[in-house]
Amino acid sequence: MTDHHDIKSEVRRYLIVFAALGLLTVITVTISYLRLPLRVAVVLALFVAIVKASLVAAYFMHLISEKKAIYALLILAAVLFSGLLLLPYLEGLSVPHGTVSPKGGSPTVGTHAEHEPDTQKHQDQDGGH
Amino acid sequence: MEIPYTIQPRQDTGLFNAKLGIWLFLASEVMLFGALFSTYIIMRVGAASWPQGSSVLNVPIGTFNTLVLISSSVSMVMAWASLKENKWKMHKVYLGITILCALAFLVVKTFEYSAKFSHGLFPKTSTYMAIYFTLTGLHAIHVIGGIVVLSYLFGPGARMWKTRPEQFTNRIEVVGLYWHFVDLVWIFLFPVLYLL
Repeated sequence: MTDHHDIKSEVRRYLIVFAALGLLTVITVTISYLRLPLRVAVVLALFVAIVKASLVAAYFMHLISEKKAIYALLILAAVLFSGLLLLPYLEGLSVPHGTVSPKGGSPTVGTHAEHEPDTQKHQDQDGGH
Repeated sequence: MEIPYTIQPRQDTGLFNAKLGIWLFLASEVMLFGALFSTYIIMRVGAASWPQGSSVLNVPIGTFNTLVLISSSVSMVMAWASLKENKWKMHKVYLGITILCALAFLVVKTFEYSAKFSHGLFPKTSTYMAIYFTLTGLHAIHVIGGIVVLSYLFGPGARMWKTRPEQFTNRIEVVGLYWHFVDLVWIFLFPVLYLL
């Protein structure tokens, strides 16, 4: 742990991480204004978020120099978390992906319209309530 | 009866007990939020249409709140570092800043919610609004929980510094770990809900 480190240099590091987190926040917002294709936007946004989260975990939560017991615990959590995120993709549990049917029929229920933000106005069905 | 290993690390884990405890709790929190993120993915992939976050939510306000939460995280770790350096007054200043930032985050969130309600946007309005209110609501509950504990350690709980300074420092470290986790969750919530 940090007990044996020089706290003053730790503090300097915290301030550098603070600046980096602020900068990365500005970067991710700027990227969102570029209106990139959804896939690219998702990859970039998640990449920046993972970098930010790693900085917080490594330096503020001191994971860069922790004990083995905590690493073991987190590896277990990471494996279970990955399983949770992959669960929807398991065969037999798949959700409708909104693809056009192979025979060229009409789109199924879950048609994607994610690339057209302008067409996605919220249904203000409850305006009067 | 004395609670063991509040300061000294246990030989088998190498940690004082509260630290192992908070990490176990945070691991369970990962699963809680993970389940909701997984739900988000299922709903979004299966949805007929999904609004761009920025067409519904206010990105500048979300950005402001992100910066507020990051600032609170930095001041939290500085509050702990101040104790390590035996600077009690600086610790109080940093812990105070952390609590103020947390309150500011909640105030802004309240304004955001009320703006949505006044526009007739409720959890029942759409799948997007449902997952938005669920995720940000759960996160806000965590912020409130953090404020309660931080305020206790700022107020009555601070007495421990005089009698058992090392244990108090460990308490600040442990609540800090929780607080950084709350920040970490928001780091993902912000782009997922506001930007994509």
